[in-house]
Amino acid sequence: MKLTLSLIAIIASALLAIAMMVRWERPPMVSTQLGYRGLGMVETDNPRRAEVLKALNKPLAPADPATPSGVKASQTYQNVKVLGDLDTEEFNRLMGSITEWVSPEQGCNYCHNPENLADDSVYTKIVARRMIEMTRAINTKWKPHVQETGVTCYTCHRGHPVPQNIWFSDDAPPHALGMSARRQGQNIAAKAVGSTSLPYDPFTALYGKTEPIRIVSQTALPAGSSATIKDAEKTYGLMINMSQALGVNCTFCHNTRSFTGWSESRPERVTAWHGINMVSDLNATYLESLKNAFPVNRLGPHGDVGKVNCTTCHQGVSKPLLGANMVKDYPELAAPGPVP
Amino acid sequence: MAEYQNIFTRVQVHGPSDMGVPLTPGTWVRQGNPRFNYWLGKIGDAQIGPIYLGWLGVTSLICGFIAFEIIGLNMWASVNWDPVQFVRQLFWLALEPPPAEYGLRMPPLAEGGWWRIAGFFLTVSVLLWWLRMYRRARALGMGTHVAWAFASAIWLFLVLGLIRPVMMGNFGEAVPFGIFPHLDWTAAFSIRYGNLFYNPFHMLSIAFLYGAALLFAMHGATILAVSRFGGEREIEQIVDRGTASERAALFWRWTMGFNATMESVHRWAWWCAVLCPLVGGIGILLTGTVVDNWYLWAVKHGVAPMYPFDMTAPITDPALKPQ
Repeated sequence: MKLTLSLIAIIASALLAIAMMVRWERPPMVSTQLGYRGLGMVETDNPRRAEVLKALNKPLAPADPATPSGVKASQTYQNVKVLGDLDTEEFNRLMGSITEWVSPEQGCNYCHNPENLADDSVYTKIVARRMIEMTRAINTKWKPHVQETGVTCYTCHRGHPVPQNIWFSDDAPPHALGMSARRQGQNIAAKAVGSTSLPYDPFTALYGKTEPIRIVSQTALPAGSSATIKDAEKTYGLMINMSQALGVNCTFCHNTRSFTGWSESRPERVTAWHGINMVSDLNATYLESLKNAFPVNRLGPHGDVGKVNCTTCHQGVSKPLLGANMVKDYPELAAPGPVP
Repeated sequence: MAEYQNIFTRVQVHGPSDMGVPLTPGTWVRQGNPRFNYWLGKIGDAQIGPIYLGWLGVTSLICGFIAFEIIGLNMWASVNWDPVQFVRQLFWLALEPPPAEYGLRMPPLAEGGWWRIAGFFLTVSVLLWWLRMYRRARALGMGTHVAWAFASAIWLFLVLGLIRPVMMGNFGEAVPFGIFPHLDWTAAFSIRYGNLFYNPFHMLSIAFLYGAALLFAMHGATILAVSRFGGEREIEQIVDRGTASERAALFWRWTMGFNATMESVHRWAWWCAVLCPLVGGIGILLTGTVVDNWYLWAVKHGVAPMYPFDMTAPITDPALKPQ
């Protein structure tokens, strides 16, 4: 009896120790003070992850500069709707880089009909054209968020034709029907919200702007704020997603004693605020507009297009590609495009 | 008796089974032949039973079982009756209260109706168990201190799941039944109402929680330390102090200048423990009903200190600026 119990205890602690070694990161961590002392405004980093992050977020070297031919792309090629003003050689250079960024294995034919490059019959060409417009919009209209660093196709795509971090409106996995209680969009271990039980699709409502993100009262006493605790859980889920996307904790932007207070927040919160608006705008203006262009197998379970959130670009670091500026070598991607 | 001087229980006294004081005649009797368990003897009395359930105990257990089943089966349904997912995600699963739009009306079963039913049976179960504790204490001729301490916990439970939701006008404000979901709910509750740590009743509740733990540690340690002088006979030493009591008292007067007595230390402990959920419940009840943002409330009343933030580049709400 005593021996059995001791054995069980030893085996259980061994299993726990193994689980710990697999899942946990070992100390020491490096902490950086971000705010006034005593407020717990500290960023904690694992220095052994720095090399891994560097390898995962390496920018690509720019293509060799083109020698201008003096002929516009629209004169050389047919059906050039967005980049027609570009010099032909610049245009060819950009096409080559886009292939390297987006479809390095699939090549030009991922978007083009090899028989006729001007042909619009391949859906990915329609999508790519819209995405070039989107990239230009991000680099011009959304400077408050991307600042001078800007984005290229590579920021999201990283060599994958479909960016790896996109989201669809989601109520998966399946639940029983009939009179059994519904999950109300939460209470499963959801990756999107850091494996918590918080609402696993805060994006549709909050990035879709059908519900407000701000749920904390702005007055000490009740004055008509109708936000519920369930609303708070949704915002909380969105914030956890942002925190994961950027690889930072709450205090990177907030002074957590008052999440809502701007005067005590860090300037990064303003950048993030513009980012949230940017994500809403990109999803509504550029991605949703492609709904009819996509084949059904590219749509989500509810027939919506893949959309962006913070992870799409950031991929675990507070500055995408660790702040590398790739767009400076492609000024055409930062040119104001025609108004969509 | 040298074995007795240890931080773990080393002594297991085995005598004839204690069957308890005679019961007043009633429908139920104490049931079962007492057994002894060595491992339970390590942490408490090795004797198990006899058991008295009575109709209060039986009804309470049935109601508790119904609530447990409703919660568990709905959790299982929420992963489409997949047994593997049920085990893997058990800590994440929950029975969620109805959405706010149903107010205090009875929602459909799938939309929180099961939560209402489970909550009803759980409440009945807990209240019946309280009555049972009260009645059993009376049957043994004891005071009812334990029942009233339990009532304090029940108060907090009722505030969270019934009284505050009714005052707020919808059951969507109540807590989900689930392990992680109720913790996420707690964090979201604090966020929604501007940081619960600035709620003075929450502060008091924490003080009583830590106070109870501290007192328990001080008292347990003191009695064990003087048990070699017979200090474990605390109750009779209330009126007949003896050397153990006097040494313990002198020890605390030496180390902190003041001492409790064999009686008062138990009253201290009881009040600290009882006040923890009692004031906590008041704090929850005031949240959203009387105060909507505890941080701003604390600023208004000079509770929250101001820090010298970097004001070289103060930021303001960008939503207020023209785009």
